[in-house]
Amino acid sequence: MMKLRVKSTIENVDLLTEFVNEQLEGMDCSTRAMTQIDIALDELFSNICNYAYGGKIGHVTVYVEELEDEGAVRITLEDEGIPFDPLSHEDPDISLGLKDRTIGGLGIFMVKRTMDDVSYEYKDGLNMLTVVKAL
Amino acid sequence: MEITKSQEGEKLVVLVSGRLNTGTAPQLDAELSTLVTQQDALVLDFSDLAYISSAGLRVILSTQKAMSRKKGSLVVRNCKPEILEVFEMTGFVDFLTIE
Repeated sequence: MMKLRVKSTIENVDLLTEFVNEQLEGMDCSTRAMTQIDIALDELFSNICNYAYGGKIGHVTVYVEELEDEGAVRITLEDEGIPFDPLSHEDPDISLGLKDRTIGGLGIFMVKRTMDDVSYEYKDGLNMLTVVKAL
Repeated sequence: MEITKSQEGEKLVVLVSGRLNTGTAPQLDAELSTLVTQQDALVLDFSDLAYISSAGLRVILSTQKAMSRKKGSLVVRNCKPEILEVFEMTGFVDFLTIE
């Protein structure tokens, strides 16, 4: 398992994406899966940057592990911020017309739709959001 | 992400290359919020766009709303399958003009 710890600032999304993509390339990941993972990382990381530390800057640790038997990858984002389960939110209504449309909740909705498994755990002062995706 | 603008008859074409994510979306937002006040026909060319996250969708949504309000036109064209999939998944296909 590989890990990377970065400060929770938006510009670090590139660092995080490069790091994860490098691991995925070593696992023969399909382009489609890599794109979907990159989007998921963007959504999850930006949520942490914007909300987890209540306007302050903290840290985010990302863990990447290949699940060889399943032909999948498991990625966990961990922060020491306010306990918050992003999966507890209701899905947005994607049938609303243009006028009534807002963007709230679309990010997590896309993560749920594209990843094969998404789970949240709060343990020992850590928010842990884990996704599993077939390579 | 890179933004390249070109005139195509009456339309202004905005070619967006690279990643449209939480880090780069503010740059596109700044560009488009100025352009919607100046142009009646905008085209977003996504032929070199690798992916789009909800931060990018937010920019497209506000641009579409602004263009609709002023009865202008916004066209999104040359989307790769990965980008199209995001528009389909989020229901954006229902109100975007995709070519």
